[in-house]
Amino acid sequence: MVDLGVNVHQLKFKNPVTVASGTFGFGEEMAEYVDLNRLGGIFVKGLTLENREGNDYPRMAETASGMLNAVGLQNKGIDYFIEHIYPNIKDFDTHIIANVNGSTIEDYIAVTEKLNELDKVPAIELNISCPNVKQGGMLFGTSCPSAIAVTEAVRKAYDKTLIVKLSPNVTDIAEMALAVEGAGADSVSLINTLVGMAIDAETRKPILSTVTGGLSGPAIKPVALRMVWQVFKAVKIPIVGIGGIMNATDAIEFILAGAKVIQVGTANFIDPHISEKIVDGIEEYMDRHNVGSVDELVGAIEV
Amino acid sequence: MRKVVEDHELINIDCPVEDNYIITFKSPVDIPEVKPGNFAEIQVPDAPDVFLRRPFSVLDVDYNERKISFYIKAIGKGTSKLGSLPIGKKVNIIYPLGNNYNIGEDLKKVLIVGGGSGIAPFILMGKELTARNIQVVFLLGGRSKKDVLLVDEFSKYGEVLVTTEDGSMGEKGLVTQHSVFNKENFNFDKVYTCGPDPMMKAVGEIAQEKGVDCEASLENMMACGFGVCLCCVTATQEGNKRVCCEGPVFNVNYLSW
Repeated sequence: MVDLGVNVHQLKFKNPVTVASGTFGFGEEMAEYVDLNRLGGIFVKGLTLENREGNDYPRMAETASGMLNAVGLQNKGIDYFIEHIYPNIKDFDTHIIANVNGSTIEDYIAVTEKLNELDKVPAIELNISCPNVKQGGMLFGTSCPSAIAVTEAVRKAYDKTLIVKLSPNVTDIAEMALAVEGAGADSVSLINTLVGMAIDAETRKPILSTVTGGLSGPAIKPVALRMVWQVFKAVKIPIVGIGGIMNATDAIEFILAGAKVIQVGTANFIDPHISEKIVDGIEEYMDRHNVGSVDELVGAIEV
Repeated sequence: MRKVVEDHELINIDCPVEDNYIITFKSPVDIPEVKPGNFAEIQVPDAPDVFLRRPFSVLDVDYNERKISFYIKAIGKGTSKLGSLPIGKKVNIIYPLGNNYNIGEDLKKVLIVGGGSGIAPFILMGKELTARNIQVVFLLGGRSKKDVLLVDEFSKYGEVLVTTEDGSMGEKGLVTQHSVFNKENFNFDKVYTCGPDPMMKAVGEIAQEKGVDCEASLENMMACGFGVCLCCVTATQEGNKRVCCEGPVFNVNYLSW
């Protein structure tokens, strides 16, 4: 019998398979497709202090082996989440992890303080890497001093597991990971989307209303694997690996590169059952390779 | 509502006009109730350059035979591939998705305006209206005669009016220029429309002028089709709403387009 459990800081995940923020709603939308209780965790849709309408349509462009999105953190705000959504999802037997966003450090702190009071939200993912908002977002995550400042501020406001979501749109992601580790992060998750764009040659116009957007899907997997590996070598805190995971083999590759937990993102759009299939596939791989626990695989590539 | 997420066997492709396909699949499971306006997300097989599923309105359903069909116009990589699949191919399909056209209890006579591939939801609609003894008139528009499909099928359920831009069939012009709108007594209780956005906007405006309720089905680009990507939104009186869940059918007065 293999042990799929992994620990990230004080948080025990029943298995390493979680779903990425913005690709799974708040979980309840997916309950008719997935047995949520089988997942290690659900990183719910990004939250902000106030209601946000997000960007104008079109917000999506299909690209080679992936897609661009420019949703822009559409959500009804933290208070709506606490009042209307949290009660519906808090009793699922999986970790509900909130994804926290802000335009200012004060916004991040205000959202975090509210989440700190929720018993059934054992961790937050501090999103300093959203490429689709004009203020805040990725601006915090692309310079070390600002990443440190927001992480330190949120750390003071949050008692539980703090995961910081890193942007790949930087020169040296290991340096960013070290910076937030020093500022009090318990874990880092990476990568968020890569900034890209798509053009319609016939109309000579950009496809996205925002011109640029975030690239996701298997197109970014090699970049993500490389970054997880670089960060694994640089930091001591556990890594949540993200970026184009479409199947269990992809997930294993991220674990071998150094991730303890993985997030399935864009693949949810194509196969709403995929997260559960990846849980089964990891177990099958471990059986086949006589691996007793996931920890034996973390960062275990033979270089 | 129970959702089907299954591999379906492709059992027939009709190609009434070049690049236009009626594709029928056999479901391995009982088909849940599909309402007029509901759509499906079809995964395009053997097409590495087609990453996402493609949404299509359900054209018709045979519950006894477990058959479901779609009208697919080849306009891009995904739709072209679907039209060229071999019989027997297994294709993964998710349905029924989205909301549906609302058919009020007190309707006596309705007008349905379809343009291009926007005619797809109106076979099921014709069946439903007929079953409820509601009189229906179809107004179908296209660039030319070859763009006006399924006329015989629609005729089973009601009168069919046609406009073509080149005058090769029916009245010449756009659907909104059809004489049905100029009659003094515009005696329809409701207008339903599906097609290109500019056509639906124009139809919606005419309906508003005449004081008649109008519902339109939007076909925004989607990544998922079941409510989690938030890519397909349309602006409404109450902010951005998902076309895949709160839609695809909206009352035109609710839209801010």
